[in-house]
Amino acid sequence: MYLTDPNPKILAKKSELVRKLLSFLPRDAVIDDPHETLAYECDALSAYRCPPMVAVLPSTTEEVAKILKICWDLDVPVVPRGSGTSLAGGALPTGDSLVLGVARMNDTLEVDYPNRLIRVQTGRTNLSVTGEVESDGFFYAPDPSSQLACAISGNIAMNSGGAHCLKYGVTSNNLLGVKMVTMQGEIIDLGGSQLDASGYDLLGLICGSEGQLGIVTEATLRILHKPEGALPVLIGYNDSEVAGQCVSDIIKAGVLPVAIEFMDRPCIRATDAFSHAGYPDCEALLIIEVEGSEIEIEEQLAKIIEIANRHSPVELRRAKNSDEANRIWLGRKSAFGAMGQINDYMCLDGTIPVSKLPFVLKRISEMSKEFGLDVGNVFHAGDGNMHPLILYNANKPGDLETCEAFGAEILKLCVEVGGCLTGEHGVGIEKRDLMQIQYSADDLEAQMSIKDVFDPKWLLNPTKVFPLDVSAQRRGDASQETAA
Amino acid sequence: MSTTSLMPSSESDIRDLLISETEGLHIAGGQSRLRATEEKVISTCALTGIVEYEPGALTMVAKAGTPLSIINETLQKENQQLAFEPPEYKHILNLLGHSTIGGVFATNASGSRRIQVGAARDHLLGVRFIDGLGRVVKNGGRVMKNVTGYDLVKLMAGSWGTLGIITEVSFKVLPIAETQVTLQIASREASILTRAMNTPYDVSGTFYDVASGFAYIRIEGFDKSVKYRMQQLLKEFSDFEIDIFDAEESKKFWSDVNNLAFLKNMQGDLWRISVRPTDGIQIIKKLDPKASYLDWSGGLVWLRVEEGFNVREKMQKMSGHAMCLSGSFNQFHPISTIEKTMSTSIRKKFDPKMLFNQQVLN
Ligand SMILES: Cc1cc2nc3c(=O)[nH]c(=O)nc-3n(C[C@H](O)[C@H](O)[C@@H](O)COP(=O)(O)OP(=O)(O)OC[C@H]3O[C@@H](n4cnc5c(N)ncnc54)[C@H](O)[C@@H]3O)c2cc1C
Ligand SMILES: Cc1cc2nc3c(=O)[nH]c(=O)nc-3n(C[C@H](O)[C@H](O)[C@H](O)COP(=O)(O)OP(=O)(O)OC[C@H]3O[C@@H](n4cnc5c(N)ncnc54)[C@H](O)[C@@H]3O)c2cc1C
Repeated sequence: MYLTDPNPKILAKKSELVRKLLSFLPRDAVIDDPHETLAYECDALSAYRCPPMVAVLPSTTEEVAKILKICWDLDVPVVPRGSGTSLAGGALPTGDSLVLGVARMNDTLEVDYPNRLIRVQTGRTNLSVTGEVESDGFFYAPDPSSQLACAISGNIAMNSGGAHCLKYGVTSNNLLGVKMVTMQGEIIDLGGSQLDASGYDLLGLICGSEGQLGIVTEATLRILHKPEGALPVLIGYNDSEVAGQCVSDIIKAGVLPVAIEFMDRPCIRATDAFSHAGYPDCEALLIIEVEGSEIEIEEQLAKIIEIANRHSPVELRRAKNSDEANRIWLGRKSAFGAMGQINDYMCLDGTIPVSKLPFVLKRISEMSKEFGLDVGNVFHAGDGNMHPLILYNANKPGDLETCEAFGAEILKLCVEVGGCLTGEHGVGIEKRDLMQIQYSADDLEAQMSIKDVFDPKWLLNPTKVFPLDVSAQRRGDASQETAA
Repeated sequence: MSTTSLMPSSESDIRDLLISETEGLHIAGGQSRLRATEEKVISTCALTGIVEYEPGALTMVAKAGTPLSIINETLQKENQQLAFEPPEYKHILNLLGHSTIGGVFATNASGSRRIQVGAARDHLLGVRFIDGLGRVVKNGGRVMKNVTGYDLVKLMAGSWGTLGIITEVSFKVLPIAETQVTLQIASREASILTRAMNTPYDVSGTFYDVASGFAYIRIEGFDKSVKYRMQQLLKEFSDFEIDIFDAEESKKFWSDVNNLAFLKNMQGDLWRISVRPTDGIQIIKKLDPKASYLDWSGGLVWLRVEEGFNVREKMQKMSGHAMCLSGSFNQFHPISTIEKTMSTSIRKKFDPKMLFNQQVLN
């Protein structure tokens, strides 16, 4: 993938920038030594690295506002950063950029149970938000697998979701308000503690905008009372089409599980070898979890099992207690680690209409042979969010490129069958050049015109989301313009 | 005022129309809401039909002008529904039309189940619309999880026809619960609503009648589950006098709530206020209205006040907003200067000729 070259005119402003930053920030909040900026050279898409010109770690919204105003005046591009777990290169710097990390802004500002909300600074990690309210029986619903590390800021920017979003929705459905700083250094409050807005839903627009419209420093999040309990059932089939039919029948019967996870044979084998979860060796494995009191779990599981049995499963294992539940989840939860043991992998997250699952799995396995790379599939079956894990060897010349080409073909396929390029991880740099597969020129123009409003100089995370040639003129990048 | 009505039946007709159009236009869905504010009306009444419905994937795609009644009937056959319970205000506002699915999403119209399942905007998965220059734009899609590019779907939901003509919507649907009950609880405090929401019993409706002092708590689901949760709530609120509405009575009750039946046949201006749930009752105490009800665990306030009484003045610094549904005030609550600047710029980007709904959101 092509990474943009740093602009020498901006690099020449480094000392002026650092001097201005140090006029109000403590020394340890401004990182300009080239050895130390290395710590910010990549996110979880670690195949791509580029240290920024400077990194800053402000502690308050006011500091963020001052920093942005300085960068606005000096035309320095800014890359916002939470915990750097983006899988799409969303937090990858350019060589001429300032990385603004919110890691020091991690206070809880307000917990309000009657109104079911918590207000936090956005550097706070996802899991620690639940940690704050758990002892009182509450939780924050969106649960990306990276929740131990990822920050609320990144969750908002990527509109992240997790295994339980079938019932609880993604970040956008659980976000009530934000405090945000615009590139010009203006502080703005959007949304709040009420359930809707007067005027346009700017909050909805900010969520998922990948750090391109403003820097979010505070968030008001909806918290919910925890259900009394939850238990999964594991079901194995020897045909992915049958497994897909089973999911569809469960949903049609009016049962709404909190999670429906799907694994294919390569993935089952890898995870079982790694975690010894005791999974059956079959074509398709479903883990379906339901919530509620004992009676409610019993009632829902009975319906699910009745439907599952109609489709002649090769295995059906019902958890009766939390130990058995953990055993069922063990393999699924270690799926990524297990694949990582075998080789380097690239994880995609395209979404497809659920009914297209068997066709897409068949095509992926055909493509796997064409490209000569193995692939395992984990899949949020309830909402069509695929996770093909393509295995490659980073030390083998050309393997990464083959893997990326394979990945692009899978994502094209997702769009062709009526789905989308990304259901969880966002576009970042990883999928920016694939955007034209899903969107027409007018579609992209409409989106970019929103960025024109919030960030007229295109300084905030400018090289992400949009194909480089399409955004070149707006970014003032003459080299790309001619290339296009 | 004499009006011309345009009734394009395809996206390309709309596109051709808008490219050459220079005058103001009112976008009309089923006209259950606004009286035409411009002389020229462009109606979605010829853009109808369900394009795709996959009950097993909980998704539907429909043309924007499709009557809400058709959507509901089609869903009902599969025992599914629009879970956000779109309200119907045409009776209370004495309007003759019918809601369209495009109008529902254009106004982000969400009923009592908002507190459990989210608003209309949370169910909208994708839109196609035509902007003021005649450009056909699509955003989102028909799958449940989609973070590809900016979420213009949220922007279009609740944009009241000021950014473009929505031609097609795709949205999430949910199963109709097997059964439901509603507890009618005699409580002098409205805070009983937030108490009910703070239990693990998955409450799907909370309503408070200030004059009578009755709170209404709805639970829905499979039979055994509903019975269990009802017992738990009865225990939780054992200090109160409680009546139980069975499934039929419960359905009737919430349908009345979502039609604002309680506020019909009454004089005075009609207001809708959205605030932090615990602030709802405070604002009622300040205003001393002729009639008042709380929905959304207290955060949605419905009021009848003396004609010409300015509700907004009394809200002062309270976070939230008040919409005037009938009365002489601007329908929409003013927004902050910076939000206004941004919103106006967005509007100019999407509708540079300023064609659409000029009186709306202004
Ligand atoms: C906060 C709130 C306030 C409400 N106030 C009222 C009210 O005062 N009166 C009332 O009757 N209902 C009101 N409703 C309910 C809502 O208007 C109706 O439920 C909805 O069904 C309207 O559908 P319709 O087809 O009748 O739209 P219409 O009444 O024809 O239009 C409603 C608005 O949506 C726009 N619109 C409609 N279709 C499209 C489209 N395809 N593309 C772009 N824009 C479109 C119109 O320009 C108009 O601004 C309100 C809802 C909410 C959430
Ligand atoms: C092992 C693993 C598992 C994962 N599982 C999931 C999953 O299940 N579901 C899922 O959705 N994602 C998942 N992810 C992806 C990733 O964790 C999410 O995208 C997460 O939300 C990123 O948060 P972060 O704090 O690490 O953000 P970063 O990586 O630091 O940044 C992500 C984006 O947010 C922007 N940003 C950061 N802070 C701000 C701010 N204050 N204001 C504005 N923009 C900002 C950045 O510029 C960047 O574009 C996973 C990642 C890993 C490594």
